[in-house]
Amino acid sequence: MGIDLPLIWAVIIIFGIMMYVIMDGFDLGIGILFPFIKGESDRDVMMNTVAPVWDGNETWLVLGGAALFGAFPLAYSVVLEALYLPLILMLIGLIFRGVAFEFRFKARADKRHIWDKAFIGGSLLATFAQGVALGAYIDGIPVVNRAYAGGGLDWLTPFSVFCGLALIVAYALLGCTWLIMKTEGSLQEAMHKLAKPLALVLLLVTGIVSIWTPLTHADIAGRWFSMPNLLWFMPVPLLVLLSLYVLLKAVSQRAHYMPFIMTLVLIFLGYSGLGISLWPNIIPPSVSIWDAASPPQSQGFILVGTLFIIPFILVYTFWSYYVFRGKVTHEDGYH
Amino acid sequence: MFGLEALDLARMQFAFTVSFHILFPAITIGLASFLAVLEGLWLKTKDDTYRDLYHFWSKIFAVNFGMGVVSGLVMAYEFGTNWSRFSDFAGAVNGPLLTYEVLTAFFLEAGFLGVMLFGWNRVGRGLHYFSTVMVAVGTLISTFWILASNSWMQTPQGYEIVDGRVIPVDWLAVIFNPSFPFRLAHMAIAAFVATAFFVGASAAWHLLRGRDNPAIRKMFSMAMWMALIVAPIQAFVGDAHGLNTLEHQPAKIAAIEGHWENVGNEPTPLILFGIPDMKEEKTKYAIEVPYLGSLILTHSLDKQIPALKSFPPEDRPNSLIVFWSFRIMAGLGMLMIAVGLWSAWLRWRGGLYTNRLFLTLAMCMGPSGLIALLAGWFTTEIGRQPWVVYGLLRTSDAVSNHSVTQMSITLVLFVVVYFSLFGTGFGYMMRLVRKGPKTHEGAEATHGGPGQTRTPARPLSAAHEGAEEGTADLTKGN
Repeated sequence: MGIDLPLIWAVIIIFGIMMYVIMDGFDLGIGILFPFIKGESDRDVMMNTVAPVWDGNETWLVLGGAALFGAFPLAYSVVLEALYLPLILMLIGLIFRGVAFEFRFKARADKRHIWDKAFIGGSLLATFAQGVALGAYIDGIPVVNRAYAGGGLDWLTPFSVFCGLALIVAYALLGCTWLIMKTEGSLQEAMHKLAKPLALVLLLVTGIVSIWTPLTHADIAGRWFSMPNLLWFMPVPLLVLLSLYVLLKAVSQRAHYMPFIMTLVLIFLGYSGLGISLWPNIIPPSVSIWDAASPPQSQGFILVGTLFIIPFILVYTFWSYYVFRGKVTHEDGYH
Repeated sequence: MFGLEALDLARMQFAFTVSFHILFPAITIGLASFLAVLEGLWLKTKDDTYRDLYHFWSKIFAVNFGMGVVSGLVMAYEFGTNWSRFSDFAGAVNGPLLTYEVLTAFFLEAGFLGVMLFGWNRVGRGLHYFSTVMVAVGTLISTFWILASNSWMQTPQGYEIVDGRVIPVDWLAVIFNPSFPFRLAHMAIAAFVATAFFVGASAAWHLLRGRDNPAIRKMFSMAMWMALIVAPIQAFVGDAHGLNTLEHQPAKIAAIEGHWENVGNEPTPLILFGIPDMKEEKTKYAIEVPYLGSLILTHSLDKQIPALKSFPPEDRPNSLIVFWSFRIMAGLGMLMIAVGLWSAWLRWRGGLYTNRLFLTLAMCMGPSGLIALLAGWFTTEIGRQPWVVYGLLRTSDAVSNHSVTQMSITLVLFVVVYFSLFGTGFGYMMRLVRKGPKTHEGAEATHGGPGQTRTPARPLSAAHEGAEEGTADLTKGN
């Protein structure tokens, strides 16, 4: 066997979803934090920190969907069918917050509050739905004869709902530390105060998810708690504790950049832990990336284009973040 | 819900979301090329009217583009959520085509849109023009891939079936399948014509209100030239597409014509009006023109076209719907050609910008291109039923296994959300149109742009200023 195409495609898709989670994570987080900040002009600043980049962030979600369709059609069809309602709710949440972003600045002063609410509601709904979908995905999706074999509401379990709430906390912390980096003055101070409780709540919910998952999934427990795996994987929880410590310390010293960087590390570690639990399955608990792959003619055909074009996309993305670097202040009338 | 099955609801949901969505890209495709032409003419002739028009239409383009992006996000997931059996069956072909659309078109558009909308005073004229052209090219590349994907589902080739699933064997054959060139040309031209009539109606609205200035005359004139030249070309391409359909999807043509059976060797008449009845297997109240069906579809006076009764009942598309959707499309197309001819007459004899009857007609024809485009898509999509991949996979075998309750809830959600949110956005576009082009826009450096104090870098925010000034202008005008 020459090139392991399914492996390459799994890496590309994992990378794409990671990009999406990090980038849309902080901008959804800002919507989640909106209720904590009442001042109209502070809210303007919060939105302005992500306004130039949010549509680019969501393009990764389109790429994720299309690449899954092209490279792993079985996973695309089964997972999307199984997670129907949470995904539709996620899309509707994203539409609401997407237009709210724009309409908020155009509405007359007396109508503005409607778009504030759409922004908060849309961000919460999209995040919660993503978390629920993730929880249901970890729980596993039954497949018989290449088709989803469960019911319409199988995704709705205490575990998936808990994951939905956990993701809200995670995105809120991302948004909070992003704002620490991008703002100054009273808004930054408010975010510094909010970061510590958010980080501790995140530690608590991550801990609960980490215990709940192996307790209910023997195969995942076996993977983590057998020798020598335990030694290999032990750094993950230890690094989580270490980065949380650095994060809290940075927050108490009122650092500007370190809290966001440490939150990224935390999200990355959580994502890795998830990968360890599920790899190499693309439809847990039993369909692997090789079982679900489209034929090599298809994966090879799109790989050529992808490898050529993704570097350009990355250059453009980093350039646009570079252009909008630095603090956003009240004087920066974005609109 | 109303005695409908989950399959019906899934089809309605897809039809609703995709019909809503297609309106935005259609205008995007047309306006992007229109903007590229305007900027090119400005650079060439140095006539500032073109520059003013460029700035006016780029704001409307921005709002429309934003709505296209969010409604398109839904489409990227709907194949899997609602049509999972199709996704598994044909994912190896349709998935890569859509991936290429995202990679080659969406990122190209996203990359150059910022410079196009906000870089007027930040980059040189040449680079700005290049950005506009790249965005226009991006919209056409997107049209290319999405129509390759749709056309392959209508006239599949270049594949083999292994273990009950499609495997691509020849990508060139897959992409350049028999109906693809016709469908691509027909859709791209439809987008241009729809945009021309939208632009023309906007100009007519202003002219009727006495807002007569060189910029408005110029855009009206350009729109009417498009109507005169491109509407007949569209009729010609449509005819060729029809012949192609007759060859590859004869049942669709029989349903469009409401033609049930061939008697002896009689040439096929054209039914102008009638009510096709699927149960009684005949077209009631038919008004027929003898020979015309044969003449149009076979370009002869003696050959017959296939009749619906020669296909088993389970393989027949719904004739009642496609009979009428086709006639709406073709009727509007002829009306558009008539508008083009009348405009040529008025241009020659004078009165193009002052004849109130003509201006009123041009204004009423504003949505005609979009309606015709939707009617055309309804014809081709309902006409290929009961197949989703023609001859290979039936729509009823393609659908996800969702309950009626689930499908009803999500359908209602989509309808409410789309009408309220996109309705607001559409109202916003109309506010910009009402404002009209203003002179000397972009002649001096404005605030904003990447790295500046005011830094709008997203589609919809470009329109912000425009809308507010627009309302201010209107209040002044009144």
